[in-house]
Amino acid sequence: MEFGPRQEILLPVKPGFITFSLVTGFLLNLLPTGGFLHWILPDFVAMILLYWCIHQPLKIGIGAAWIFGILMDVADATLFGEHALAYSMMAFIALAFRRRVTMLKLDHQFTHITLIVLVMQIIVVLIGLVSRDIFIGWAYFLGSLTAGLLWPALTYLLKLPQRPRSDPDRI
Amino acid sequence: MEHELFRHGPSPAARLTFFTLLSLLLLVSDAHYKYLGTLRQGIATAIYPLQRIALAPAELAKSIGDFMQMQSSLVRENALLKRQNLENQAALLRYQALQQENNQLRRLFEAKARIPVPALMAEILYGERDPFSRKVIVDKGALAHVAEGSAVIDNAGVIGQVLEVYPWASEVSLITDKDHPTPVQVLRNGLRAIVFGSGSGNLLDLRYISSNIDIRPGDILVTSGIDGTFPAGLPVAAVLKVDRNPAYAFARITCEPLAGVDRHSQVLILASPPPESGKK
Repeated sequence: MEFGPRQEILLPVKPGFITFSLVTGFLLNLLPTGGFLHWILPDFVAMILLYWCIHQPLKIGIGAAWIFGILMDVADATLFGEHALAYSMMAFIALAFRRRVTMLKLDHQFTHITLIVLVMQIIVVLIGLVSRDIFIGWAYFLGSLTAGLLWPALTYLLKLPQRPRSDPDRI
Repeated sequence: MEHELFRHGPSPAARLTFFTLLSLLLLVSDAHYKYLGTLRQGIATAIYPLQRIALAPAELAKSIGDFMQMQSSLVRENALLKRQNLENQAALLRYQALQQENNQLRRLFEAKARIPVPALMAEILYGERDPFSRKVIVDKGALAHVAEGSAVIDNAGVIGQVLEVYPWASEVSLITDKDHPTPVQVLRNGLRAIVFGSGSGNLLDLRYISSNIDIRPGDILVTSGIDGTFPAGLPVAAVLKVDRNPAYAFARITCEPLAGVDRHSQVLILASPPPESGKK
């Protein structure tokens, strides 16, 4: 396996952009979906939280993940704490593995991202099983695969505002 | 920059422990006690604008689709509606005659005439993303005087029950939600029973019916009204399959809801249950 992605010098990220991206992810999660799309779409809030936990651990961490989990709990009308617990666990794993993930090239990050999102989903499913005795079927876990597949696109998009405009020597 | 790098604070493990404990506390208190209703309502009100924005693209697509609808399909639909209207009118005439007769009979028996229940039209905003729960959100809430526990129906039968009321929206628990009980009566022979949501798929279970009782596929179940939540006589489900296994005391009876539990977008919320009845 090749290591060492192309090192980039990036501009500092604006806190406003982080909030904006998370709110956008929340909006995407609220989109009314049905049938096939419902199973295949990833949890966008989880993905964006994951991105910021890996790339800006000082700004977004377990606390922010927990707060967005609570918001998702209200939006999805699940028990308070269900998504909150899953997201904060996910944030913790992301913080623990962030150096490893950033060492890898973008297309090699697939396994890590998929597994981290999968752990989050397993927690949600376990809480559902314990509290309501319902198993929702294996198709639910497709979301973590799509999360892994969409990860490079998400990384590209979220990094855009941090890219220097052009050669700073030229005006 | 330096102070950022060496910033002191609780370690990630400590934070995780704190937030995990907090989540577990919330989970337990939300599952067993109902203290957190106000908090949930507050947050729901705060995210309501976002929910409307998220729904906008779908609504726009729908209105464009309506606009682009072909003339021929409109003509066909019109013809169908006309025919349905005629049929309905015939049924309505019969219904009125029957109601007259019924009122007369009731008066004869000095029974109390049933109070007509006022209803409120609402639209389903979206189904839950959470695949565990069989719940939908409708666009009428406390401001439209929706009360917790009200019955929700569509043109074919019972859909569910209002579970939580927010200012502009309410959460409806469908009858197919796992273990959601609905007291019913078999239309054919008046047998009373309770039908439960099966939780998986769009089906219901009729439980605690002994194997030797007269019930067969195709029987229609209507609400019995003894819970005080659902008015009596609303169609609920049709019996799909009766599985009589002598090894068990009870028959396994699967039913299919008559209402388009997850198909329609317009529903009726029946006004709050009569005051003398207790809530579920």
